[in-house]
Amino acid sequence: MEPLDQDLEEGELEMPADPMSLNLGPSHPAMHGTVRIVVELSGETITKADVQIGYLHRGFEKMCERGTWNQIYPYVDRLNYVSPMLNNVGFSLAVEKMLGVTVPERSQYYRVALGELARISDHLTCNGAMAMELGAFTPFLWNIRAREMIWDILEEETGARLTHSFGRVGGMAMPPSKYFKDMVRATLPRVLAVVLESEQLLLKNRIFLDRLENVGRISKEDALDFGWTGPCLRSTGVPYDVRRAHPYLVYDRLEFDVPVGSTGDNFDRFMCREEEIRQSIRILEQCMDQMPDEGPMNIDDPRVVLPEKEDVYTTIEATIQHFKIVMEGIKVPAGEVYSYTEAGNGELGFYLVSDGSGTPYRCRIRPPCFAITQCLDKLIVGAMIPDVVPTFGSMNMIGGECDH
Amino acid sequence: MGALTETRVIEASEAGFATTRFEALMGWVQKYSLFQYPYVTACCGMEFMAMASPRFDMARFGAEAPRFSPRQADLLWVVGTISQRQAPALRRVYEQMADPKWVLAFGTCASCGGFYDNYTTVAGIDKIIPCDVYVPGCPPRPEAVIDGLLLLQDKIATGSRTPAVVKPRTDPTTAEHNELVAADRLRLGKR
Amino acid sequence: MSIVVIDALKQRFAGAILETHAQFGDDTAVVDPDKWFEISRFLRTDSRCAMNMFVDITAVDYPDREQRFEIVMHLRSLERGHRVRLKARIGDPFGEADDDDDDTVQIDSVTPIWQGANWFEREVFDMFGVVFRGHPDLRRILMYPEFKGFPLRKDYPANKIQPLIEFRKVQEKLPPFGPDEGMSFGRQTHEYHRDDPQMIEARAKKPKSKVLLAPSQQKAPASQQKAAVTQQKAPSTPQKES
Repeated sequence: MEPLDQDLEEGELEMPADPMSLNLGPSHPAMHGTVRIVVELSGETITKADVQIGYLHRGFEKMCERGTWNQIYPYVDRLNYVSPMLNNVGFSLAVEKMLGVTVPERSQYYRVALGELARISDHLTCNGAMAMELGAFTPFLWNIRAREMIWDILEEETGARLTHSFGRVGGMAMPPSKYFKDMVRATLPRVLAVVLESEQLLLKNRIFLDRLENVGRISKEDALDFGWTGPCLRSTGVPYDVRRAHPYLVYDRLEFDVPVGSTGDNFDRFMCREEEIRQSIRILEQCMDQMPDEGPMNIDDPRVVLPEKEDVYTTIEATIQHFKIVMEGIKVPAGEVYSYTEAGNGELGFYLVSDGSGTPYRCRIRPPCFAITQCLDKLIVGAMIPDVVPTFGSMNMIGGECDH
Repeated sequence: MGALTETRVIEASEAGFATTRFEALMGWVQKYSLFQYPYVTACCGMEFMAMASPRFDMARFGAEAPRFSPRQADLLWVVGTISQRQAPALRRVYEQMADPKWVLAFGTCASCGGFYDNYTTVAGIDKIIPCDVYVPGCPPRPEAVIDGLLLLQDKIATGSRTPAVVKPRTDPTTAEHNELVAADRLRLGKR
Repeated sequence: MSIVVIDALKQRFAGAILETHAQFGDDTAVVDPDKWFEISRFLRTDSRCAMNMFVDITAVDYPDREQRFEIVMHLRSLERGHRVRLKARIGDPFGEADDDDDDTVQIDSVTPIWQGANWFEREVFDMFGVVFRGHPDLRRILMYPEFKGFPLRKDYPANKIQPLIEFRKVQEKLPPFGPDEGMSFGRQTHEYHRDDPQMIEARAKKPKSKVLLAPSQQKAPASQQKAAVTQQKAPSTPQKES
């Protein structure tokens, strides 16, 4: 190094003129583990960004082409793994659309209830993780505590905390347990209390607001053009919710509002999710009041639903039915269908192609966060490196879904 | 492990009281102050978050502090499926960690690839890096992972490097297992 | 509701619409791939259709057909609320398109019309090898650039791996994971045989556990056991006599 007392003329200094390239690598605390963003920087500002996904590509679509229709449920669970019941319900509805059947009312309420519980846990995790990445560790822990309460209910019902594989074509795997309504009614006020507490911590915090407001803005037209759906689209001002626009299951009997933002920045996405938690709680309360306590859970079709185990061991018809459904699979009529539901991130679509046999020919998932993440590079160009963290966090990119 | 086949008198100079005590002390210190590198990719990450949260609390075992730089970490938690595309990054992170280092495979996908027998998944991280403890489960319950952490801590204390699998504590097909489960449910107030 | 879209399409592009159907309630139109871009632009700009929400673009592989791939696009209109599915059949007429550099399977990209098609088309290229003309940045998205072949084609075997780094020779797995290690019960493995001496030894050493039996499997009371024994003996005596 030159001695400090030597006179340096500005013209003689050779500063590096190439832009600096930074790799926010695939193993990164704020990248939800599976996204690599290669940015070119000018100082702290991003001039170019390349978002590379695919680090969690697990071959969902190829795996579905081996096996039967009911064997897809474990794979479908692991798509959006923070709200697995919503994926289960979406896939069930898709196959049932092809079969042309509607499940009994009790099953529909049960699906809505479990789905909304999953949606609450999805939004709690997303908002908590985003707050944690911004340095607010406490709301994250509180949200996880609330999520544990919901997972206790799901564990009692389905047997697993996270990847339930509880949906079946033609109904659900088991009817609700006798503790279901009491547990839900007891848990909802506690979850709401936790949400209120975290909001009190976060929403008056100047630093939190400054990092979220006016960062990662997107306009309504751009969002529609890119195929955004879900809370991210609603934060731009478009009131599109699949549960309202194309009601399915029993959503037309339930009263709930659709929270809509105005500016499409990170703060609006955060608040949309917070409000949706409240609306989901409202839906759950109505579900608990309206859900019938007795009644069939599965449709009464021997070609689709597995028979009771006692019958399988004692009668020959049930044995044959069991054998055919398990070994050959449900015979779905040949053709194709596109079925869509409102998942945690937006419109989750399943495009299924069947060739008439028990094995799916093609099972395509239309992941909501795939369309949302493709916009990330446009949102962060012009912003600074620290802005990448809340912008990416507010999009709720779930690797299992985006990379399917 | 066979029976003791030969005996050897340990000379005072080679393994004195102070040395073995020191190794025991080092083992004790290391096992209760693991700095983890959470290499989180998939669904098991949710159970990892749950384990770090106050209900299942990893902090009781001293393994709470995450260090997102491999240079500063000594326990690599590989949480979730590793795809072929992610494999070089995992290898690099492992190589960047300084000795002594341990690896814990969290979940079935990290242990053996899970049910993803396809073109894109690595069938277990031990194809890429040596692994010390495997915690099966899809995803494993946080209690199972804590079992794995305790197993790893035992290995660190004794200095053993042979890999181990976390086993279920009781056999679910036996009557005693069901008795335990029933007693547990009674304790929790469910009938 | 979506029939409006199909009617508008038929009115404007009579020759290019090869088939329409509404199976399971989804209105679908199969179009000529050469008119793919024009039809998409019409769907976006026409006031009756106003398809401004891009939903999905994907492909399906039918290797038995002459035109092997079917590109499927789903669209939605925010104002009108209707949906449509557009399909186009493309394939190479000269046989298998297996080579990575082969670009015989081509179709126009609709990215200039909806920016959202960008990553979806990259995924179709990655998984099927369909080249989209006019795409700003067509490269692999879910697989790594060194990957050869197109995984979702029916002739790509599902478990053919192309590792990026060399795998370790895993030796240390064998000694601790003998038949008596790991789970001490219910171990399902295809590697060991029932008559393997290691397995026999392990089974002999395993402690007998009390297994739950169904009521029908439990041991019958003593009187019924005797009856069963006498019944067994009865058929054998005639044989002895003869």
